[in-house]
Amino acid sequence: MSERVIQILIQSFPRILLPGLLATIPLTILAFSLSLVIAVIAAMIRFARVPVLRQIVRFYVWVIRGTPLLVQLMVGYYGPSAFGIRPNGFLVAVIVFAVNEGAYSAETLRGCLESVPAGQIEAGYCVGMNYLQVMWHIVLPQAFRTAFPALSNSAIGMVKDTSLASNITVTEMFLATRQIAGRTYEFLPLYIEVAAVYLLFSTVMTWIQRYGERKLGSYGKVRN
Amino acid sequence: MALLEVKDIHKKFGDLTVLDGVDLSVDKGDVVSVLGPSGSGKTTLLRCINFLERADKGTMTFEGREYDLHSASRREIAEIRSHTGFVFQNYNLFANKTALENVTLGLTVTGKKTKAEADRIGLDLLEKVGMGNRFSYYPSQLSGGQQQRVGIARALAAGPDILYLDEPTSALDPELIGEVMEVLRLLAKSSVTMVIVTHEMRFAREVSSKVVFMDKGKVVEQADPETFFTAPEKERTKEFLRLVTKR
Repeated sequence: MSERVIQILIQSFPRILLPGLLATIPLTILAFSLSLVIAVIAAMIRFARVPVLRQIVRFYVWVIRGTPLLVQLMVGYYGPSAFGIRPNGFLVAVIVFAVNEGAYSAETLRGCLESVPAGQIEAGYCVGMNYLQVMWHIVLPQAFRTAFPALSNSAIGMVKDTSLASNITVTEMFLATRQIAGRTYEFLPLYIEVAAVYLLFSTVMTWIQRYGERKLGSYGKVRN
Repeated sequence: MALLEVKDIHKKFGDLTVLDGVDLSVDKGDVVSVLGPSGSGKTTLLRCINFLERADKGTMTFEGREYDLHSASRREIAEIRSHTGFVFQNYNLFANKTALENVTLGLTVTGKKTKAEADRIGLDLLEKVGMGNRFSYYPSQLSGGQQQRVGIARALAAGPDILYLDEPTSALDPELIGEVMEVLRLLAKSSVTMVIVTHEMRFAREVSSKVVFMDKGKVVEQADPETFFTAPEKERTKEFLRLVTKR
């Protein structure tokens, strides 16, 4: 590797990392948190078989799972323009990623809700709790424990998917890299560099997942 | 007047008639053992009178108020449940809660007690069932017998007027049945009103004040334990007793 390439890699590193910390990470955190809210509501609607709403949820999941994320981003970005609104790319990205991830996580969570034994719910009723109290204190925590590895998977996936937001003007890590590469014509080294940064982020998230699982696992089989 | 009076309860699952006009009367302080072969409807009876299943038909008078077992409202059901405790065959302890939290959760969530009061009640009850030293254990860290004792403590937490027990020892290894039975004897002595679906003939005979024998969704015979076990009237009862005492 030439001196020049090494120089470019060193100089570009903060310029890649910074958008990572300022765009990629916040985007992931915001979108994923919002997606969890959507997923919990959607999963509970289907789990509780709420009439009408559950058909709407099914439609939502069907549409979102059946169309590419990139297309959803484009629709989210150019859709408002049709009404004369110039949307903020970052805001659109947060919403689209949340809505997209929400559909997948809703299905994950619904499966986990259904795996909580009926006896847990009956026992909740028998000690005087109502439906929502049973869901909140008993069923959801257990479902989340089961869903945790799958949800962590999705969160890690989302870190990488945020690179698609570069298509709607969000200057996240990938767009920053592309801009540097366009100027220096050192495509391969720079793309490998940004790959390494993504890998770093994902690794940290894997650690968080492991920590979370250990923490949640305390009602599993630790003692004895 | 009876504490609990159930009249003419009917329940079908599809085409299968599980309860076919059952009556049951329980006085305060009674320990009623419900016996019968598998599939006779004992468990369903218990589940229907605590509304875990909806009966197709039937009424119940509980603490002087009458309820329709088929169409009771949500509020009525909550009202009834706040005066009853239920012990499950497979314990059904909240898997994500410690032994103590299992006992106190109902009290704190429904706002009946503060956390501190609930903890005091919970620890007292766990002590009573011999689980005081395991209050911080999760269900998965406890044996079946220990889980069931926590289950009993949980059912007693809100100070119920009647305790329903659905085959509380049927899922236990034989050597663990004793510890649970011991707790139930203790409760009977302190005159907790109980309806217990059981296969434990010795318990039924020694502890209960009344034995109800069911078969094919009907009550075949009911009597005090002495009469029931020594001088049953019905042919079906005699046959059942012959089979179960042969072991």
